[in-house]
Amino acid sequence: MNGVPLGGYLLLGLLMFAIGVLGVVLRRSPVVIFMCIELMLNAANLTFLSFARYLPSLRSDDPAMLSRQAVSGEMMVIFVMAIAAAEVAVGLGIIMAIFRLRDKVDVDDLNVLRG
Amino acid sequence: MNLINPNFISFVILALIAVGASLGVVFCKNPVRSAICLVISFCVLAVLYFTLSAEMLGITQIVVYAGAIMVLFLFVVMLLTTANQESLNPKLDWRLILASLFAVGLIAVIGFRALLPFNQTITPRAPDGYGGPQELGMALFTRFGYPFEAISLLLMVGIVGSILLAKRRVR
Amino acid sequence: MPIFMVMPLCIWLERRLLAFMQDRLGPNRVGPMGLLQPVADGAKLFFKEDIMPAGVDRFIYILAPAVALFPAVTLGAVVPYAAPIGTYGLLTPVADVNIGVLYILAMSSLGVYGTVFAGYSGNNKFSLLGGLRASAQLISYELAMGMALACMVMVSGSLKISDIVLSQESPLWGIKGVDIENWNAFTPFGFLAMIIFLVCMIAETNRPPFDLPEAENELVAGYHTEYSSMKFATFYMGEYLAMLMFGTVFASVFLGGYNFLPINWHAWAMANSGAAPLCDFMEKFSYYLGPVWLLGKAIGVVVGYIWIRATLPRLRYDQLMNLGWRTLLPAAVGNLMVVALWITATATYGTGIGWLITLVVMAIWLGIYAVTVRINRSKGIQFEERSVMMVNPSVTTISANDKSPEAVVL
Repeated sequence: MNGVPLGGYLLLGLLMFAIGVLGVVLRRSPVVIFMCIELMLNAANLTFLSFARYLPSLRSDDPAMLSRQAVSGEMMVIFVMAIAAAEVAVGLGIIMAIFRLRDKVDVDDLNVLRG
Repeated sequence: MNLINPNFISFVILALIAVGASLGVVFCKNPVRSAICLVISFCVLAVLYFTLSAEMLGITQIVVYAGAIMVLFLFVVMLLTTANQESLNPKLDWRLILASLFAVGLIAVIGFRALLPFNQTITPRAPDGYGGPQELGMALFTRFGYPFEAISLLLMVGIVGSILLAKRRVR
Repeated sequence: MPIFMVMPLCIWLERRLLAFMQDRLGPNRVGPMGLLQPVADGAKLFFKEDIMPAGVDRFIYILAPAVALFPAVTLGAVVPYAAPIGTYGLLTPVADVNIGVLYILAMSSLGVYGTVFAGYSGNNKFSLLGGLRASAQLISYELAMGMALACMVMVSGSLKISDIVLSQESPLWGIKGVDIENWNAFTPFGFLAMIIFLVCMIAETNRPPFDLPEAENELVAGYHTEYSSMKFATFYMGEYLAMLMFGTVFASVFLGGYNFLPINWHAWAMANSGAAPLCDFMEKFSYYLGPVWLLGKAIGVVVGYIWIRATLPRLRYDQLMNLGWRTLLPAAVGNLMVVALWITATATYGTGIGWLITLVVMAIWLGIYAVTVRINRSKGIQFEERSVMMVNPSVTTISANDKSPEAVVL
């Protein structure tokens, strides 16, 4: 966008990432922790996309080079979305499997593998 | 630097909604409300992607994240809500203070090192087909062919894994 | 805006037409031929008492009807109502984005949330389970719908729906010099995609025969048990709007949109100049009444919906899921491969041989598909076993002389 500095988008991404980290540390239900991980992934996506949009015009003015560099950022976002989708499917399957064994799901109780 | 223009004001409004929704995800007691806040933040992020001229990714964000992944989350949350919700809340005070200090520290450090250089208003020039499906498709199948195949393999492994995890044990 | 005015017509049409097919009279007292019946319905629902059950989550309870209505209304924003040239150039469509087809998929994905929230906020287990089953049905059929639309996107080469309609104005089957237009329903893979999309459309809007979650005699009215008066009216309106909007999308992608007849008047006029005045008139007729043709086709699709409702019995839940995942999704994916083959064959070998190769491969693929579906139906667990397993999941095998209570019940 024309009137928005790049720092604005980056600050928003940073804030969302920090809030996601806060959520992962503070919450005790694995599903909510998962949701905060998704929030962090989305903040990273926003950062990728804003760099893809703003940075090439800082470096050079050649249109072919511009689109080549910008598309890399968008590709990264596509791959992050696909990975997040696969991760959510498997992770929620694991959570459901744990829930079938014990009725209360609390992250602090899942310490069977602790050495 | 002229910051009072309609683009920036709408960006600030969207950003405030996004940050508010993120705080809602972390601090809501009811996990269903957390999930709703996350859906709102995904939709606001999709609108932000549209403002960044990445329209294909914005609509993909709605289809994939808000339309499929969050429905999955809502299924699990609605089926797993137990009677005693108090034990799943953020209540420990020393943890809250420590985590908030860490988050503020993270913002401050990264903010000063990485954000300040980008603080001037740049008017980016978007190439013609930027963010459109044609360009993304061409790049995905030519330059990024190997990652594309790897991702499809990963998704297939994810499908097989989740079906295996969800099957009942046949006695 | 005109869609909101056509929607009461849909409601009236459903009740009258359904009654006609069931050999009885529908509502015919309220206005001339009962045309004011939707108004009477709305007034009745408006004056009913608005109950809010105890113990519901108030925010979600109030939010659910709005979330159900919103995608239904915004779905039609990318559909072109008339040819975007000349007089209508500025009017259609509302939002001609580069990603029209994906926008349709996104809005139908967001339509799941209305069901989920309505089911959850009812504060009873039946409502929750009904809502979750309905949303599982919706997300299952979204996939096949997306694949069917993807076939048409590949054929026309663009995600904009106005481009898909424009590509249907080319000569039929790529044969030069023929004046019939190439509506996607006339091509073999387009026809198959049309059938798949039709079935998925009916499943997406929760209409009979796919309305198990909201059937009145199945689950205590399913996921909108706890709603009354205006909130229920919102769900009701949303369902008919979604039907109409999907009808316009269907008409645009498969039936040629705002064109009147599949005949290219312009080329016909140029071929034989004796009929030029007639062709001129027909071309103007077809152009200026563009929205009327589109809405007419959409109402035709709605009549199809009502007809199917009057004819077919309701599908059981496992039959529904089997149809979505094991029948429609492989068919849609196979169709996608056939379309890809057609595109490469016509590009490499020219029109005639390309079509020949495509038709041969399509016949082979349909043969394989029919044979494997036949094998799956005959092998695999039988109906009785599956019913027992639904009741008591720990029973996994059942034999002919099993005397346990579950088996005896059958």
